[in-house]
Amino acid sequence: MISVVVNGKPVNVSAEPDTPLLWVLREHLKLTGTKFGCGVAQCGACTVHLDGQPARSCSVPLSAAVGKKITTIEGLPPELAEPLRKAWVAEQVPQCGYCQSGQIMQAAALLHGKSRPSRDQIVAHMNGNICRCGTYGRILRAVEKAAGEVHR
Amino acid sequence: MNDAAVPTATRLNRRSFLLASAGLAVAVGFARVRGARAQEASRIAPNAWIVIDSKGYVNIVSPAAEMGQGAMTALPALVAEDLDADWRSVRVVQAPSDPRRYGNPRLGGLMLTGGSRTLQGYYELLRLAGAHARFVLLRAVANEWAVPTDELMTDSGAVVHRPTNRHIGYGEIAKFATVPSSLRPLGAADLKPLNKCNFIGRKLERLDIPAKLNGTAKFGIDTQVRDLHFGAVLRAPIAGPGMEPGAIDDAAARNVPGVTAIVPLSYGVGIVATTVEATIKSRAALKVDWRGAPKAGQYDSDKVLAEFAAVAEDIGKAGVTFHASGDAAAAIAAAAKTVSATYLNDHVYHATMEPMNATAVVEHDRAELWVPTQSPSWAMAAVAEALQLRTEQVSIHTTYLGGGFGRRSEWDFVVDAALLARAAGKPVKVIWTREDDVTHDKYRPLVAQHLTAGLDAGGAVVGWRHRIVSDSITARIFPKQFRPDANDGSVSEGAVSTYDVGDQLQQWVRQDRGIDVGYWRAVGPGYTRFAAESFVDEVAKAKNVDPLAFRLSLLRDERARNVIETAANMAVWHKPHDERALGLAYSAGWETHVATVAEVSLDRESGQIRVHRVWAAVDAGIAVQPQIVEAQIEGAVVHGTGQALFERISLQGGRVEQSNFHDYRVIRMAEAPEVHVQVLQSAHPPGGIGEVGLPPVAPAIANAVARLAGVRLRHLPMTPERVKAALRA
Repeated sequence: MISVVVNGKPVNVSAEPDTPLLWVLREHLKLTGTKFGCGVAQCGACTVHLDGQPARSCSVPLSAAVGKKITTIEGLPPELAEPLRKAWVAEQVPQCGYCQSGQIMQAAALLHGKSRPSRDQIVAHMNGNICRCGTYGRILRAVEKAAGEVHR
Repeated sequence: MNDAAVPTATRLNRRSFLLASAGLAVAVGFARVRGARAQEASRIAPNAWIVIDSKGYVNIVSPAAEMGQGAMTALPALVAEDLDADWRSVRVVQAPSDPRRYGNPRLGGLMLTGGSRTLQGYYELLRLAGAHARFVLLRAVANEWAVPTDELMTDSGAVVHRPTNRHIGYGEIAKFATVPSSLRPLGAADLKPLNKCNFIGRKLERLDIPAKLNGTAKFGIDTQVRDLHFGAVLRAPIAGPGMEPGAIDDAAARNVPGVTAIVPLSYGVGIVATTVEATIKSRAALKVDWRGAPKAGQYDSDKVLAEFAAVAEDIGKAGVTFHASGDAAAAIAAAAKTVSATYLNDHVYHATMEPMNATAVVEHDRAELWVPTQSPSWAMAAVAEALQLRTEQVSIHTTYLGGGFGRRSEWDFVVDAALLARAAGKPVKVIWTREDDVTHDKYRPLVAQHLTAGLDAGGAVVGWRHRIVSDSITARIFPKQFRPDANDGSVSEGAVSTYDVGDQLQQWVRQDRGIDVGYWRAVGPGYTRFAAESFVDEVAKAKNVDPLAFRLSLLRDERARNVIETAANMAVWHKPHDERALGLAYSAGWETHVATVAEVSLDRESGQIRVHRVWAAVDAGIAVQPQIVEAQIEGAVVHGTGQALFERISLQGGRVEQSNFHDYRVIRMAEAPEVHVQVLQSAHPPGGIGEVGLPPVAPAIANAVARLAGVRLRHLPMTPERVKAALRA
C-alpha cells in the first residue's frame, strides 16, 4: 500500500511504486477526469497539479507523488475552477472535450501564479497542451477572461 | 420558408409511417431513461425519439455520435423545435444501437456518424418527430378537455386553450395522454416556418460542455463496469494485413503481476490483466516471431509516391473515368496553351486525443460494449462476426468520443475488446497506447494528382483534366462489394470542378500497395481541393490575372460567389500586406460552400511558413446552430493548417516511422492562426459542416506563399525542407 493525498484526502493505493500516477488516478481511484493522451508528456491531456504546479501525470511515477498534494480536475479549488469554467462556457470552448481537463488544469496553474498574464505568456504556458479539435483561439480568450475574474 | 427546405411528399409519407409504427415500443438509452412503454402511469413516449415524464422533462434521443461537432445539441434542438418544448426541460439520451429506429436515412439506414451527413440525414425526420409528438399532446388535451383541437396551441412546453387561456404543461399531459394508433400523415405544413423557430438558427449553449469542464463527461476510456479487466494487443510490425504471430515466448509476459491471460489472435497477441500498468509491462516483455509476407513489406512511402506521380503523369494509364463532360482530351490537344502540374501528399494520421479503446462484456449468447464509435452499425456487425453471434445479440453503448475524424468509424479496436473479453471470461477494457494508435492507424491515402488545363488563343479555359492516383479506402473496407472497375468516391471526392473550365475529365487510377488507408476528416477533398485550388491559381498566374477575379469569372453559382466575395472582403483582399501575402481557396462539399483566405509570412532562412490570420465565409444552408457552424469552421481551419504544414506519416519497409506526438507533429497554440468566420444563413437544406472547413486551408496557404515568394508548393505537408528546396529551385 502506498499512501498519497489526492484532492485533499489521504488515500491508500495498492499499486507498484513505478506505476504512472495517471493510471493510479484513473483506474485505481476512478478519477477519470484526468485523461490519457500520449503517455510521454507530449500532449498535456493528463495534467494535474503537484503542490500547485502543473505536472503530466502519465510521466510521474506514483512514488514521486508521495508526500505531495495531488490535485485533479475533480478537486480543483472553486476560486480557480469557477472562473475558469465560467469563461470556458462563455467562449463555448470544447468540441470533443477530451483535452479540456488538461487545458483547464494547465490554465489554472498559470492563474494561480500570475495575476494578469500577457497573451504571449498564455501561449507559452499553454503550448504543451494539444487540442486536436483546434479550439486554441477560444482557450486563449477564455484564459484571458478567467484571469480578469480571478484577479479582480 | 424556402421551397428547398420543404420535404417532398413522397419522403414525408414514408417518414410519417416510420413515426407511427415506432410509437408502440420506444427504445430508450442505456443512461438516464429506463425502458419505457408507450404509456406508463407517469410518462408518454409519442414515438421512438421522445419520452415526456410527469415532471415535464422531455427526453430526446440523439442518434449521432457526439465527437465535438455538436450533434447532441443540434439534433435534439430539431425535435424540441417542432415539439415546441421548453429547452430547459430537455434531457438528451444517446440512442441505443438500434439502426432500424435510429439509422441515418442518408446513409442507408446505418447508425454511422460520418461523411458530414448527420444534419442532412436527420433534419426532416427529427423535426417531424417533434411535430408528431406535439400533435399527440394536442389531441390528448382536446379529448381531456372536450374542446376542438383547433382551439388549442402550444407555447414552450405547454398547451394553451386559446378561448379560455387555460394552460397545461407537457408533464401534466404525460399523466393522461395516450398515443393514438394512427395520426394523419404529417407534412411540411405541420413544421414551423423558419422565421417562427425558437431554436433553429438561434444560439443554444452546447449541452455537453459543462460535463466536459469538470471531469464528469464519460468518454469510452472512462467506462467502468464490475470486475473490469484491462486489455492490450501487440500488433504486427508491418502496416496492413498479412502477418500473424508465429512462435510466442510469453514466459516473462505471464510473470508480470496482475496478468491473467495471454491470448493469441489471428492478427496479434492479446494480454488481459487486472491493471492497465500490467498490460503495458507485460506487452513489453512479450516476444513474438511474426510470420507471413505482407504486401506492404517493401512499402517505402517516398518511393511509392514517386511511382504514383509517374502513373498520374502517364495519361495513357486511364484508370476509372469517374466524370467526363465533353471531350477534354481533344480540347486540351487543340489548346493554344496548356498548363500542367503534379501535386503530392503524404499519409496523415488521425490523432484523436482519446486513443482507440473499447470495453466489452461477453456472455455465451450476447455481447455488450461501451465504445467511443462513429458507427454502432459497423461495430455491431464486426463484433457479431468475430464472436459468431447474430447482430441482434450485440449491443453497443455509444459514449462521448474524444475525437473521431473518421478513425472511429473503424472497428479494429472494438473487435480487440470483444475477443479478449470472450477469451478471458471477464469484462475487458482495451486501451491502445498512443504508439499503437500512431503505428496502426488507417491513414489518409498517399496520393499523386496530375492536372492539365487547356487555354484557347483568347486565354479562355477550354479543357480540364484531373487525374488521381492512390490506394482505395472502400476496397479495403468492403472488399467483397467493391467492383474492380468502380470509382472510390471517398478518395476521388472533390475533384470535379464547379468552375466553368470547359470540357472536363476526371480519372482515378487505383493502386494496391497493401497499406490500410481510411476515412479522414474531409478525406478526398483534403487533397483534391489542395490540387484543384492550387491549380486554379497556377492557371490565373499563367494568364496573369488576379486569382479572385479569375475565380469569379468562372463561377455562376450565387452561393459560391457569395462566400468567395465575403471572404475576400473580410480579408480586405486588395490591400497590400507588408511582408505578408493573402491566398484564397474555395471548396464546396456536403451541400456547403466555404471560401477561405489565409495570410502568411515566410522565413526564407528556415523555410518555415507562418499562417497569421485566416478568414472563412461559410454557407451551410440553414445553419441550425450558427455558433456550432462557426466553431466547426474555426477548428477545421486550425486542423487544416497543421495538416498543411506539419502532419506526415512516412513508412520504410512497411514500418511506420513515427510513434507519438514528438515525431508526429500536430499544430499547437503558438502556431495556430487567428480565425475569423462569417456564417451566411441561406434557406437551403442544412449542409454538412464537420469537414468542409478543412479542404480550402492548404491551397489558401500554398496560394499565399506563391504570391509572397513566387514559389509553388505542390507537396503536402509544406515542411520547411520542402519550402527551402522550392526556394532554391
